[in-house]
Amino acid sequence: MATGVSAQNASRPVAPHLQIWRWHVTMLASILHRATGVALTLGAIGLAGWLAALAAGPAAFTPIDALLHSPLGQIALYGLVAALGFHLLAGLRHLVLDAGLLFKKPSANLSAWIAVSGLVIAPVALWAALMLLQG
Amino acid sequence: MSNKQRIASVRANGKGGGTWTFIGQRGSALVLLALAPWFALAAPLAARGGYEGLRDFFANPVHAIAVGVLVVASALHMWLGVVEIVEDYIHKPASKFVLLSLNIIVCAAAAGAGVVALYALAMGT
Repeated sequence: MATGVSAQNASRPVAPHLQIWRWHVTMLASILHRATGVALTLGAIGLAGWLAALAAGPAAFTPIDALLHSPLGQIALYGLVAALGFHLLAGLRHLVLDAGLLFKKPSANLSAWIAVSGLVIAPVALWAALMLLQG
Repeated sequence: MSNKQRIASVRANGKGGGTWTFIGQRGSALVLLALAPWFALAAPLAARGGYEGLRDFFANPVHAIAVGVLVVASALHMWLGVVEIVEDYIHKPASKFVLLSLNIIVCAAAAGAGVVALYALAMGT
């Protein structure tokens, strides 16, 4: 019985290779889309609170504004802009994939890399735009 | 078990949507694709004027309505997205029910609070 099973297995492809694999950028894009989606959900909840504080008046807004200008708040805002940059580009990629395009390996990899680059491009582009628009 | 009962139990335990989930997720995505980058640039610019500068920004009804659409589209988009994540990872019926309910409450509250705040800001109250 045991020999029969192993003889049968030897003639079949052995898969999956649980130890022989590497990260592909498409896998990274997939999980990052979720992670950044959760981050942006928290950011949207924060946006609603920020709007409510602004509407409530200076007494409510001042501490929240101070928090956003603190190092921790600035890091959080930087993270949100990076997450937005990725999520927008990855979302655009998903819309194109929904249309049945970019499924070939090179274009799937390239578009995933472009989305990942949004993590850096979005904060840099926003920072540059805000510098240029300095009155 | 009749087919109707089977469909009902599947709907309660798994994907609630279908076509409308698909359309809602992508429709809101297109709205956010336009409004999110605009707001990411416009908000820090308006914030240069401090509290008064931001009040001035939202006193413009075009800005208030655009940010209102942004908030509502975000709420729809994140609600559908979190449903997807909860259904993928949480399988205990009780936990899933609590998380899916919490998801609805939080997303509706964020949209409601945002819209009410924007209305007050636009009206200058």
